[in-house]
Amino acid sequence: MSGGLYSTNSNEFDKTLDLTKIKPYGDTMNDGKTQVSFTLPVPKGDEAIEAAKQMMRKMGFEDIQVVFVQELMKGFTFFNCYGSSIHTVDYTTIVVPKVESTTMDMHETDDFIREHIGRKIVVVGASTGSDAHTVGIDAIMNMKGFAGHYGLERYDMVEALNMGSQVPNEEFIAKAIEMKADILLVSQTVTQKDIHIKNLVELVEMLEAEGLRDKVILICGGPRLSHELAKELGYDAGFGMNKYSDDVASYMAQELDRRINQ
Amino acid sequence: MQRSKLGLDFDKVNYAKDVSRNIADNVQEFVESYTTVSVERTLCRLLGIDGVDNNEVPLPNIVVDEIKDKGVLNQGVMYFLGNAIIETGLNPQQVADKMSAGELDITQLPSHTVAEAHEALKPYINNCIDRILARKAKRDNYIDTIGEGPKPYLYVIVATGNIYEDVIQAEAAARQGADIIAVIRTTGQSLLDYVPYGATTEGFGGTVATQENFRIMRTHLDKVGEEEGKYVRLCNYCSGLCMPEIAAMGAFEGLDVMLNDALYGILFRDINMKRTLVDQYFSRILNGFAGVIINTGEDNYLTTADAFEEAHTVLASDFINEQLALIADLPEEQMGLGHAFEMEPGLENGFLYELAQAQMTREIFPKAPLKYMPPTKFMTGNIFKGNVQDALFNQISIWTGQGIQLLGMLTEAIHTPFMSDRYLSLENAKYVFNNMKNIGDEVEFKEGGIIRTRAQKILSDSIELLEKIEKEGLFSALEKGIFADIKRPINGGKGLDGVVEKGSNYFNPFVALMKKN
Repeated sequence: MSGGLYSTNSNEFDKTLDLTKIKPYGDTMNDGKTQVSFTLPVPKGDEAIEAAKQMMRKMGFEDIQVVFVQELMKGFTFFNCYGSSIHTVDYTTIVVPKVESTTMDMHETDDFIREHIGRKIVVVGASTGSDAHTVGIDAIMNMKGFAGHYGLERYDMVEALNMGSQVPNEEFIAKAIEMKADILLVSQTVTQKDIHIKNLVELVEMLEAEGLRDKVILICGGPRLSHELAKELGYDAGFGMNKYSDDVASYMAQELDRRINQ
Repeated sequence: MQRSKLGLDFDKVNYAKDVSRNIADNVQEFVESYTTVSVERTLCRLLGIDGVDNNEVPLPNIVVDEIKDKGVLNQGVMYFLGNAIIETGLNPQQVADKMSAGELDITQLPSHTVAEAHEALKPYINNCIDRILARKAKRDNYIDTIGEGPKPYLYVIVATGNIYEDVIQAEAAARQGADIIAVIRTTGQSLLDYVPYGATTEGFGGTVATQENFRIMRTHLDKVGEEEGKYVRLCNYCSGLCMPEIAAMGAFEGLDVMLNDALYGILFRDINMKRTLVDQYFSRILNGFAGVIINTGEDNYLTTADAFEEAHTVLASDFINEQLALIADLPEEQMGLGHAFEMEPGLENGFLYELAQAQMTREIFPKAPLKYMPPTKFMTGNIFKGNVQDALFNQISIWTGQGIQLLGMLTEAIHTPFMSDRYLSLENAKYVFNNMKNIGDEVEFKEGGIIRTRAQKILSDSIELLEKIEKEGLFSALEKGIFADIKRPINGGKGLDGVVEKGSNYFNPFVALMKKN
């Protein structure tokens, strides 16, 4: 047994937490324990297992265990592996750009808009391009919302239009102009071959060409999007997983207030 | 009389079916008098017209667009093609080639009677029928000789975008025990008003549905099936603007299962309701005749509406879809009516409600190979919990005797499945199905308990909804947003300009030839 399981050998690594050098945690500080699974395009056998170990080593693991091996079909073998990471990360120097707003609930946001904006704010949303998925935009916009978070349609002080899926960027912009939108919400679910990036960038370019970019608050969302990526692509904000309508609505209201009143 | 484990009142079930029949008949009254560009293109394909021009435009589109541009689409392609064959002595493909080259205007030829045009087409019509029957016989022969897996059929998807890569993924799944391989279509294909041509290697979130791609996959699955000693079914998608065309391609290439649901197209792809209900009728005739199991898309309502509160809309739609399929002469044994395991996992006793609904659907449609959809909406990226959610879903399926088990993937909501995801998912289902094989024969449900009460309530609620739809008519009900809270105007959506009322020379002999009743 190669170190690890039921081993009574004393572990020699430093077990004190140092935030400048953090490692994955299994059951002991700094043990680096990590689970990894992958498939290699080779037939099952001793050579395949050795290849998996070498792959793990190159990924930065030591004390490698290949715990499960399964041939998926001739020439493809699946592995579950464990290893101890040799790498560390300095947690103390990390800076992540975040959406700067306080999350309020629906009533608080409605009150905030009444007080600070004094009229309904107009939001147009769509899943754009060839993306046929409405699950994201629906979760944020539909009356019912998602997981107990009511969607924008239910807000008293939001006039919300959900254009649905597969909306071309041209149509989206035309509707934004027609409705004099304050906020544009773009949802992107399909991310294969980075099609979401192309789509999102195209929208920014088209808005700039129309001279509209600065006149709206442009927000994108989707399971594979982050605020950081959104900023990079020229959006004002991005919302990824575990963000709900409350987060989006609070940001919209506060950002619009900043733009109008400050 | 069928015995219900849920204490369902079968008089109520029969009443619901009668009401649904009225709803379907009402739709059919409209459908009978109309045709669409896609129905006409389908007729071109059935007569053997195939291929594309230099601009990749399919010849069926060239023929139909020309007739439409001349304002005589209402007379139908059959009449003009029959007439052209008499006048030119060419076959349908040669006529299409000439039209594509701009050398022939089939609307300007001296006209013959409908009977003469029909007569001229008979060899091509008969050839088409023979071709589809031969393809069906090939499937039947495989099932008789090498056999098939037990139900619930294990259904997995492949979605690489590249048909040759799909073939590898499909082979792996088939060797691990999959019974049905579904090739997910590229995103957006449902809104194309033509069917792309040839083998393709580029797609987003799926692979383009083309006749050549169908052929490549079917050929490979036949080979794998022979080696594994089990027929492996192939699934693709009719829904969209080309419903009957893709059904025809599926009939030629030996597809076994096809998504076929106009309501889905109306609600989720904003396809015009007149267009797609006319398309659906002919596509279901084709699917029925070719022995293809259709899958309906009720499960998708629950991706927008709440699975607990809106369960009765799923059942109501199943009732309507059953009647619309019967009108197209599609046998009950080929009706993969859809429903889903989509309740929020935090719901107390959610498993019991899901079990009640699955058993209820089973009892109400006893012959149908019900299509049971896995959890998707509440899959979170926590693959470990996801695998447990899928296991609960698998338990209900074996317990209640579902027909087609769309396997959940633990990586749902993350990516299109890896080869290993499919393996884990098949292993999960095989384990549960074997380990709990006869639980349905052993366990009864308590009288007055949660499960019986739930099932009875859903049936009652769905009857109430069906009565409302019967009064409104399906078109108007869709306008008012009765399904999935989505409202669709009768003259809105995509594809309406491809719908025309049939004219005096219109004929489509395939309807009578393919319908048994």
